Amino acid sequence: MTVSITRKDIKNELVDKIELLSGQNVFECYQCGNCSSGCPMVDYMDYTPNQVMRLAQTGAIEELLAAGTMWVCAACLQCSSRCPKGIDVAGVMEALRTINLRNRVGVITPDDISTEDRRELPPIVLVSAFRKLSG
Amino acid sequence: MKRIGVFICHCGVNIKDTVDVEALSEFFMSRDDIVHAEDYMFLCSDPGQKIIKKAIAEHKLDGVVVASCSPTLHESTFQNAIEEAGLNKFQMEVANIREQCSWVHNDKPAGTRKASLIIGASIEKLKLNESLEPTSAPLTRRAMVIGGGIAGIQTALDIADAGYEVVMVEKKPSIGGHMIQLSETFPTLDCSQCILTPKMVQLAKHPNITLHVNSEVKDISGFVGNFKVTVERKAQYVDPDLCNICSDCSTVCPVLVPSEYDEGLGWRRAIYIPFPQAIPASFTLDIDNCLGLSPIACGKCAEKCEANAINYDASPTTFEVEVGAVVVATGYDLYPVENIAEYGYGKYPDVVTSLQFERILSATGPTGGVVRRPSDGAEPKEVVFIQCCGSRDPEHHLSYCSKICCMYSLKHAKLYKHKVHDGQPYIFYIDIRAGGKRYEEFVQQAISEENVLYTRGKVARIFNEGDKMVVFGMDTLTGKKVEIRADMVVLAMAVVPSYGSDELAKTLKAGTDKHGFFNEAHPKLRPVESLQAGLFLAGACQSPKDIPDAVSQASGTAAKVMVLLSSDRILHSPIIATVDDDLCSGCGICIGTCPYGAREMDLLTRVALVNDILCEGCGACIAACPSGAAQQHNLTDDQIANMIRVIALGDE
Repeated sequence: MTVSITRKDIKNELVDKIELLSGQNVFECYQCGNCSSGCPMVDYMDYTPNQVMRLAQTGAIEELLAAGTMWVCAACLQCSSRCPKGIDVAGVMEALRTINLRNRVGVITPDDISTEDRRELPPIVLVSAFRKLSG
Repeated sequence: MKRIGVFICHCGVNIKDTVDVEALSEFFMSRDDIVHAEDYMFLCSDPGQKIIKKAIAEHKLDGVVVASCSPTLHESTFQNAIEEAGLNKFQMEVANIREQCSWVHNDKPAGTRKASLIIGASIEKLKLNESLEPTSAPLTRRAMVIGGGIAGIQTALDIADAGYEVVMVEKKPSIGGHMIQLSETFPTLDCSQCILTPKMVQLAKHPNITLHVNSEVKDISGFVGNFKVTVERKAQYVDPDLCNICSDCSTVCPVLVPSEYDEGLGWRRAIYIPFPQAIPASFTLDIDNCLGLSPIACGKCAEKCEANAINYDASPTTFEVEVGAVVVATGYDLYPVENIAEYGYGKYPDVVTSLQFERILSATGPTGGVVRRPSDGAEPKEVVFIQCCGSRDPEHHLSYCSKICCMYSLKHAKLYKHKVHDGQPYIFYIDIRAGGKRYEEFVQQAISEENVLYTRGKVARIFNEGDKMVVFGMDTLTGKKVEIRADMVVLAMAVVPSYGSDELAKTLKAGTDKHGFFNEAHPKLRPVESLQAGLFLAGACQSPKDIPDAVSQASGTAAKVMVLLSSDRILHSPIIATVDDDLCSGCGICIGTCPYGAREMDLLTRVALVNDILCEGCGACIAACPSGAAQQHNLTDDQIANMIRVIALGDE
């Protein structure tokens, strides 16, 4: 798929939003890939963490919001602790989740979980899920 | 017979572990033709040298073999030691039993046997060694610098400041080279002209420097310290001493010529000054574009010139300069942009080269430093920079990295952004090479703070769509094909040796690599000298260089030239070729074989002579000589045969 990039894409409103929410400058990233190489969930992601940063530089936030990476992210902060440029990559993931959750995308409520699941699942799983996915 | 002493070094354990040094010294001591032999832990140390000197005195030695490391390391140490003991330094031979024996073997008996043969061969050589003195020749304490760019200017100033005369030869009407065309310089963004013009003025006013512009080197003869260089100076038709640069002449000149200084983006007249700060400060008449040097054809300029500086009767002059050293500082040019058809240069006026973009950014450029694109003068809002245009493409163009483009493309992007705040620069690159001091920080600052969008991938092609150019590239980081509708495209053209430098190399008999860059004598340890004695290199003529590198090399070159010029006579090793006049048949094979131009035919006697100063003692002519007339001092056929006899038959 060919992507057309224009100056309107660079640092567009959604990028600004991500930067505001995460406190990070996506243009700090120089694509070394250390975030992805240390990520325990990278095999299950459609875009690797460094690709997320790269797409953010080109302004392709809508593509990122539609992708699954941010949900697969375990928020373990490996990426942030490894980044040689000091970027809080996990913070960028959180910002992506926040934008989606504020738009009620991906939100779960207790009612979404069946009584059977509620009985079966360990409480810690439910606590984490609500912390991450309730907005 | 010589009274020979043999000294065997342990080199700590380096030799001792593989060679039985004690047994060897006992063995040589027992030989009839050896007066004294001993071994020691470190012969190169001060006590070690004292042992040798003491033995020379005690045993009245007149020849010494030191069995130790390679002669490239300590030959001079031991030569000095025996000189201090009163012997001629050529009565010492180093037998290399470390690099050529102990380091490459681990069998001690075999290693000991081999060491004994190496030492035995050295003894045979030493037996026939003559006592020699260095040869010497007078020299002219003056240097020539070819090329007046930043490298040439720095070399000339440094040599001249040290008190030696410098003759500078520049092909163009003014010195300054490419650096004078640049807008700002990375990574500090200081104005190129502001830092270069003071040096140009200094050069013009320097009492030790003679400047010849519009001039080219046509021939060179002689050898290191004693070159005769023939220079041809084109007619300038304007007397620089009379010209007061009022520009009345160019105002009336009816001919418009694309300006070389502005890389064809602006115009000049047929009588012109290349740029306001030109050195020498004078107009030049470009005879190739002038309507004709007579009042019938035109003659307007001469009529208008109140200073009477214009002389239509001027003619080219050829003169000879005697110098001791020649520095090549001919710089670079850009790879022909026509060779990269897919980027549409020439077809789309808004595809420009990197040097053209320098002029667009420059305050003295065709747009006065305001960023305008050539086609319609509009301010470009999206500018694509393409790196490696011709570089790193062994299949289609050039195999090497041009080194400076990463940094200047980023500088372009940055300066563009400083001038067009709402514009977006994009850089297509393969790798970002920012290895200089403060270069990486310069790159990262531009990306993180000024949002220059780097896209890793090469641009496949460019085509136009309305008044835009669609750039087809690849983002290998996301794996997606990218297209950008650009208002302007800047091509970071590869750096090639300046046009005409290939002919100069032939004239100077200087070696070049396959791309035409001048070859240094050693890539690491002799980077500013050429293989030809007395010929030095500075700047981008040797390899692509940025300004800091060119200036550093220029000062290094100047230092090497000053070493050469610092004495009245030049000394040279006497281990060189010699000719037996009676045996020489005058066939001349040696002349073609010599890589240093040290052999020439005496046309009267038909004997092939050796130039003692040029000969580097490589032995090529000796091996080639069919009559055995050519011999090397202290490496005669007899000596070599005796050495081979020992190695092949043993020393019994």
